[in-house]
Amino acid sequence: MSQPTSRRGGGGGETRDTDWDGVRLHVVSGKGGTGKTTVAAALALALAAGGRKVLLVEVEGRQGIAQAFDLPPLPYEERKIAVAPGGGDVYALAIDPEEAMLEYLEMFYGIRRVGKALTRIGVVDFATTIAPGLRDVLVTGKTSEAVRRRDKLGRRAYDAVVMDAPPTGRISRFLNVTQEVAGLARVGPIKHHADLVRGVLASPETAVHFVTLLEEMPVQETLDGVAELRETGLPVGGVFVNMVRPALLPERALKAAAKGRFDSAEIALGLKAAGLADATAGASAVAEALAAEVAEHALRAELEKRERAELEEAGTPRYDLPLLPDGADLAGLYELADALRAQGAA
Amino acid sequence: MTRTAPALDIDAILDDPDTRIIVCCGSGGVGKTTTAAALGLRAAERGRSVVVLTVDPARRLAQAMGLTELDNTPRRVDGADGGGETGGELHAMMLDMKRTFDEIIEAHADPERAQQILTNPFYQSLSSSFSGTQEYMAMEKLGQLRRSNEWDLIVVDTPPSRSALDFLDAPERLGRFLDGRLIRILTAPAKAGGRSAFKLLNAGFGVVAGILTKVIGAQVLRDIQLFVTALDAVFGGFRQRAEQTYRLLQAPGTAFLVVAAPERDAMREASYFVERLAEERMPLAGLVVNRVHRSLAPSLSAARSSAAAEDLEARGEHELTAAVLRLHAGRMQLAAREQRQREHFTSAHPTVPIAQVPAMPEDVHDLAGLRQIGQLLAS
Repeated sequence: MSQPTSRRGGGGGETRDTDWDGVRLHVVSGKGGTGKTTVAAALALALAAGGRKVLLVEVEGRQGIAQAFDLPPLPYEERKIAVAPGGGDVYALAIDPEEAMLEYLEMFYGIRRVGKALTRIGVVDFATTIAPGLRDVLVTGKTSEAVRRRDKLGRRAYDAVVMDAPPTGRISRFLNVTQEVAGLARVGPIKHHADLVRGVLASPETAVHFVTLLEEMPVQETLDGVAELRETGLPVGGVFVNMVRPALLPERALKAAAKGRFDSAEIALGLKAAGLADATAGASAVAEALAAEVAEHALRAELEKRERAELEEAGTPRYDLPLLPDGADLAGLYELADALRAQGAA
Repeated sequence: MTRTAPALDIDAILDDPDTRIIVCCGSGGVGKTTTAAALGLRAAERGRSVVVLTVDPARRLAQAMGLTELDNTPRRVDGADGGGETGGELHAMMLDMKRTFDEIIEAHADPERAQQILTNPFYQSLSSSFSGTQEYMAMEKLGQLRRSNEWDLIVVDTPPSRSALDFLDAPERLGRFLDGRLIRILTAPAKAGGRSAFKLLNAGFGVVAGILTKVIGAQVLRDIQLFVTALDAVFGGFRQRAEQTYRLLQAPGTAFLVVAAPERDAMREASYFVERLAEERMPLAGLVVNRVHRSLAPSLSAARSSAAAEDLEARGEHELTAAVLRLHAGRMQLAAREQRQREHFTSAHPTVPIAQVPAMPEDVHDLAGLRQIGQLLAS
């Protein structure tokens, strides 16, 4: 176990060398079903480990963080939800665009009360639902505010912020939307605000990570997402391969099985030796069924190997996260956080 | 006590000439598009004239259906008519949301006003942005296809949005906006003949207008005003269509299929969809659970399998068999976990019929693969 880490540029303590030193905003995207929220939660725990303070934000009103940590729905308020290994804190915030807009009005114009009036006549509704770009500016804006925030002594409010971001298909648009709005509003306060947000998102202090499975569609979307981000000049982070199964069978056996030449007779002998050849099912029948399972597994393993090779193309750091036999419960999150730290992702 | 869900009879739905629309909804990554395509193909091969409307298909699935470009027009899929004996045919199209939006504007506004709207920067951003617009446009396209009456079955795949049921809110949201006071404020200058924007409004609105100018800037406010004013004339028709489509979805000829994978989050979303559809009085046909894992040797339990593997490993014998037993134990555990997820769903929604599709070792790339999924759905 390494000692607690210190902030980069901060004083004292031993510094753990990780792949993302200097990154303060971790944006986690991924195709639906890849476990994006789980990985974002585990990354937040891993980053907080050893006494740091991390904010985990969600932007799509799904309450995925609350579900991941087995909590009641989160309000629009930063609150502590977990303690990391070695004593760090994970805070969470579910960003609601309407609340973010009212807060924004109050912060910059001191007009929260008027904000309420705007809500009544539908301005907030318009801005957050009908004008799509504004909604994204509001949530990315709130996130970058948390990244930049300092306390009275000038220290960072959070060592890192992790965003459970929209899925891969929407991610570059979502992050680039500030630029789109900036194109829409060439001058004025919206443009100013959007530029500020864009400054944070496009800086080396941000990394956009992708969560994928070793399956065709998620891998393809990851590669597309990485290419799109690079095109728009946003900083690409790492690729997190989720639900990786342990390699149980030797390569030789897999190869034979994939070609349909797996020897079930040997298994039948093994089953007898293990006392599994009972009256209900003869050893050879069970052995054949098991051999068929091995054949399916082998096909799948070949596909995974191909997908892994495809991911090489992205040229980004890669991390493997194990498949959790009992699903991603709270204990599972800590296990994933350990895996992330062991591989240098945090 | 274990409840058993009623079986979902896919072919009965596909074969019923009164079924005119099938909507596949569910969270992202559960195989909605594949399910929609497989249903469309099966229906066509069983004699129906089908169009599949997809929103964002994976590249290879699009290729499987011969969709090489996003041109907003249904294209005939070759080799999907069941050998031409049943009289069925399959068409497929990918939604182009910007073009769909442009077409509505062109249909409802005179050429001059349409031009004003189409070139407005605010409109251009709105019409090509992903969030929200896609849902409206998918429903608009569905309405268009249905009104054209060219196909006797439309299968639609809903957008992978943050909340895949956002489309149900579209008419209400539009209505709330149109009836709201905001639109009156924003359209005031035009109605007042271009004079000072907010002069005619009462003092309260004046304050609001001042703040709007301060917060969003005078130039953006002007752009929005021009946009909303130009759109005002179009909106009436727009809303009417959204309401029509909403009613169409409630009609008995529509069948909603909620698609899920047997995992906690996807099943939780599925429950939410089922409840939401009931609230909206939308006709739910059933739940499709994709990627279900089964064991080929179910008589050998996970516990016995693990114990035997451990025994062999301890004795240092039959290494390969031990590994195979571990693999089998993992598979049995996974199957059991998935089974529990389905049971949870069924305890909460005991009357919802379920169809299950086993996990495939590889993704679907061609019509043969879609056909196989169709068969599994129906069996």
